[in-house]
Amino acid sequence: MSTEDVLKSKFPDDALTFSQFRDNHRVVVPAAKLQAIFNCLKSDLGFDMLSEVTAVDYLEYEGATDRFGVVYVFINIATGERLVLKTFVNDPQPTLPSAYSLWKSADWLEREVFDMFGITFTGHPDLRRILTPDEFTAHPLRKDYPLKGRGERHNFPIVTRADS
Amino acid sequence: MPFEVSDLAEMDAPEKEYLWTLNFGPQHPATHTTLRLVLTLDGETVVNAVPHIGYLHSGFEKLGEHLDFNQYVTIVDRMNYISPLANEIAWHHAVEKLLGIEITPRCKYLRTILAELMRLHDHLLNVGTTGLDLGAFTAFLYAFYQREKIYDIVESASGQRFHTSYTRVGGVMFDVNNAWVDKIRDFLKGFMPVHAEVHRLLTRNRIFIDRIKGVGYLSPEDAISMGVTGPLARASGVLRDLRKDEPYLAYPDLDFKVVASKDGDCYGRYLVRMQEMLESVKIIEQCLENIPAGPVNIDAETHIVPPAKPSVYRSIEGLIQHFEVMMPNRGYTTPREEIYAATESPNGELGYYIVGDGTPRAYRARTRPPSYIHFAVFPHIIKGHQLSDVVAVLGSLNIIAAELDR
Repeated sequence: MSTEDVLKSKFPDDALTFSQFRDNHRVVVPAAKLQAIFNCLKSDLGFDMLSEVTAVDYLEYEGATDRFGVVYVFINIATGERLVLKTFVNDPQPTLPSAYSLWKSADWLEREVFDMFGITFTGHPDLRRILTPDEFTAHPLRKDYPLKGRGERHNFPIVTRADS
Repeated sequence: MPFEVSDLAEMDAPEKEYLWTLNFGPQHPATHTTLRLVLTLDGETVVNAVPHIGYLHSGFEKLGEHLDFNQYVTIVDRMNYISPLANEIAWHHAVEKLLGIEITPRCKYLRTILAELMRLHDHLLNVGTTGLDLGAFTAFLYAFYQREKIYDIVESASGQRFHTSYTRVGGVMFDVNNAWVDKIRDFLKGFMPVHAEVHRLLTRNRIFIDRIKGVGYLSPEDAISMGVTGPLARASGVLRDLRKDEPYLAYPDLDFKVVASKDGDCYGRYLVRMQEMLESVKIIEQCLENIPAGPVNIDAETHIVPPAKPSVYRSIEGLIQHFEVMMPNRGYTTPREEIYAATESPNGELGYYIVGDGTPRAYRARTRPPSYIHFAVFPHIIKGHQLSDVVAVLGSLNIIAAELDR
């Protein structure tokens, strides 16, 4: 049975949207069912590698209804099959279950999504900023964060030679 | 795993007061790039390691949303600056997949040659500096002399040694000539004896083996769970190579082997890289024999690549076409779609997730950098080893901080 059939039979009541673009097999799932779908992907379908977690801020995307799309790319090492899974979350408190308990690679990948987009992952063991400093307050890859112009430097404490 | 709160509580306990903390980096010659580790030591044994990264974070992905597909190539080749062309090829591979462009056979072969030269380039640096960090200076000099020759080859193709920005959507900046092909043939002739020499210097060198054999073991299950790809995964026995599994460019036509090892330690990674270099040489030799004639760019009628210069200078149609491609308020339309496309870069799976919004610039240009995934593995495999093994393991992971932080 293909991945699509298995997922459809396991989650018959949920609106899972399957599509294909070039060679990407994609599925859009509701955020509420994400944990159950993770379990199904790992144990029933054998997707043993989580190769990528990223997010897209659809704030300025024409015709978009949701604010953030979070994208997961899974690989089944045995068959070489790839699955691109997407789910949507919204303001004010975008939250998703962490995939860390199933795939260890989610650790840093989810930390980066948290750092850049402010999406929190419940169940992540150590959700801290990773690329920007701990004092940083914004999430730079959100579309309402400008390319340049908002002063970050004045937020950092100035250490002079006298008191260093 | 990286940082567990339980570890910290245990280390703060009064009976563990003999543990001490060492700050490694951000500026340390053996990290090669700017990254920082906070090591907790019991004598000389590493009990815990917490990486702190982000020192070179410069917002590449944000820039990718403001530059068009051809302009952003100047940024991607600054990510993994050890093999810049591999990044460019991966980026335009993803863009062309989004646009649905099939590049010309000549371009496919040309890019394959360059990608494999970059693999040699990256592995030479890795093998050389692993030797350098562990006290074997000679192999480093041999390796860097060969890298210099690859720089020359790249320079005669693109006009730049380092940050070439050579690829374009639908092709490359300039075509190459026969003199370039001869240059690569000469290089390969000189490369094989040097590779054999490095083998003789390192592979059975007692000191080198003692320093890296059995150090930094990564099991195949952990490698898969942690998303490790490329030579690291293959050294752990995970047989995955995108050149075979998801063939792109000219790889389906070529005869080569996937190199793997069951060791999973630093020595296994070293052996995999050494052997992969020989496979790369085989690939380049086959490409040089079979490089097709014909145009290197796709047809200018697609309005994606600029037309040939004679047509721009001598005809009004050519000039208009050139104008349509070059002006920022013109250009082609992209599908309003999203794509993930990956290539096998020297370091592992280098993927791009591009969201197209109809304009010739990405709405979101996400990089899946292999270094980032691989550095997350470091705390896991260093635990229980000696302080002096830190440089051996860091070297074998081949962390490039510019790609790590972007």
